[in-house]
Amino acid sequence: MKDRSIHILNFVGLGFFEPAIRLVAGEEIKKNMVALFKKILLPILSVGLFLILWHSGARYLYNIEKNARIEKALVDQGEAASLEMRTCIESGDISCQPNTLPSPAQVWVAYKSLLADHRIISEKKSVFAEKVAATNEKRESQGLTAIKYTGRPSFVDQILTSLKTVFAGFLLALFIAVPIGIMLGLSNTLRSSVNWLIQIFKPVSPVVWLLLVFMIVKTLTKNSDSDSSFIISFISVGLCSMWATLVNTSMGVSSVEKDYINVAKVLQLSVGQKVFKIILPSSFPLIFTGLRITLSVAWMVLIAIELLAQSPGLGSFVWEEFQNGANDSNSKIIVAMFVIGIIGFLLDRIMLTIQKFVTFTEETT
Amino acid sequence: MAYIELRNVSKSFGVGKNRTQVLSNINLEIEEGEFVAIVGFTGSGKTTLINLISGLMMPDEGEVLFKGKPVTGPSHERGVIFQNYSLLPWLNVGNNVGMAVKEAFKKMLRRDRNKRVKEYVDMVNLLPAINKLPKELSGGMRQRVSVTRALSMSPEVILMDEPLSALDALTRGNLQQEILKIWNKDKKTALLITNDVDEGILMADRIIPLKPGPKATLGPEYKINLERPRDKTALNHNEEYKKLRNGIIEYLIQIGEQRSSTKKNTYVLPNIKPRIKPMPFQRISFK
Repeated sequence: MKDRSIHILNFVGLGFFEPAIRLVAGEEIKKNMVALFKKILLPILSVGLFLILWHSGARYLYNIEKNARIEKALVDQGEAASLEMRTCIESGDISCQPNTLPSPAQVWVAYKSLLADHRIISEKKSVFAEKVAATNEKRESQGLTAIKYTGRPSFVDQILTSLKTVFAGFLLALFIAVPIGIMLGLSNTLRSSVNWLIQIFKPVSPVVWLLLVFMIVKTLTKNSDSDSSFIISFISVGLCSMWATLVNTSMGVSSVEKDYINVAKVLQLSVGQKVFKIILPSSFPLIFTGLRITLSVAWMVLIAIELLAQSPGLGSFVWEEFQNGANDSNSKIIVAMFVIGIIGFLLDRIMLTIQKFVTFTEETT
Repeated sequence: MAYIELRNVSKSFGVGKNRTQVLSNINLEIEEGEFVAIVGFTGSGKTTLINLISGLMMPDEGEVLFKGKPVTGPSHERGVIFQNYSLLPWLNVGNNVGMAVKEAFKKMLRRDRNKRVKEYVDMVNLLPAINKLPKELSGGMRQRVSVTRALSMSPEVILMDEPLSALDALTRGNLQQEILKIWNKDKKTALLITNDVDEGILMADRIIPLKPGPKATLGPEYKINLERPRDKTALNHNEEYKKLRNGIIEYLIQIGEQRSSTKKNTYVLPNIKPRIKPMPFQRISFK
């Protein structure tokens, strides 16, 4: 049981919980205490230190902003107005709070309010669904499309939309980059003939990819009235992020160890068998490294692309909050930042776990 | 007509100025059922020689004949045991051997194939490790898998490219005996490439030294008429063994010296003397 859970944790890249489990099992108390301290307590301490730094920094910025407001009131409207401003700020009234980097506490409050908001919206949704259930059935029998809830999406909905987009983009990258990468890796001629194109397109920024995809998709979807923003954003995500996989796959395929190729020759494998039984398995580690980079790049550019393409998701959430300029907008942006970071981390762990399942080397990065 | 025959075989590598002839004018005849060992220094072109016979490489000049026909590529008839095992790291022992069996016996039923794999893995006493990956095995075990893989295709010739040189002395001794035991069963033609004279004498019927490259050629052959099975410890007191061993080693040392003497460059120093002159005061200018 204990060994099994340790093995699983190590496998999914959460090996830092190992000493805690060993401690619970009462194994080598002293050694595991040290390990626990190193692997769990120190990281927690550093997070704490970060929160303290953040808090005092936010405090400092808050004071600058506050003093500037009071000063401004004094200069513009005189003594009385400045006093009023000071009491207003110190009373914690929302209407006159300085707008700056929020403190950790404010972010926590914003996080909870976002969750509450999600609960309210999903309740509204279910009420709506109940209300239109009968009508929708009728419409369906008449061959009409069902009425959908078109209210504001909640924060959780935005996360799910973003995940959907990134997943679609990732799959697109996978289906384009891996086969092409294999072909390029197998043929020197092909590789050198498209090398220039790859080298030129690889460093192009996500924004430009978005505009390019926009130009094409806009024309192609001219006659349909479907919402093309999802298509645009996932294609752009895929195109931006596929290069790492493409380059890694072609490199992995072209640099298969000579020994393995010799084995294939001595066993007289056919071309197909050589590719599927020798070349692909031996380049799996590199392909997966490429896919991991692709996924993290996809998640990173997704935010920027959603922000620009006005397609729903975390990116547009951040942008809307920034434009919104409400009192807790800044805090909500920080919440989104952490959510983005944590989801990115989890996605990477998932990929790492899959990689360990299908490849043969032990090394992990 | 010999079973395997090399006629005036030469092989070069590199292009232009850097082109060096590794093997030059190799003539070799191996009879069916013979165990021949080729002994040579590292870097003398032994692996190239084996690659030429297995068909992984083609000679620049001359021809390699197998049963009277020129070798055009690798074939199941000639099994190769590589120096660095060359096991596929993503397949376990059974599948590594199984892949070879599947290729060599395409029409065989799956059940029979599995039986054959087990039988051959058992032959090198690795049945308990049949489901292990190569990385979980020791060097000696890996080489045994490699031996099994080559033998499981039931080749007519076994080509061994320094199969034991990466192993420690004890494992090496064990594996020598194991290979000999297997070879003794059906006395297939075998070619062993090695850098160990003792190993050659212990295992082979004939030892041929390979002169060090570039332009490596084969030296005079030494017939070994010691009775089989040969016992390593008993051999140490055998007069004929001692004579053979000393003879071969002396020859190798002699050609080794020749190589180093031909390589030696002599530099003619110019007959000049430094002139000593009082240094005048120099103004350093940066212009």
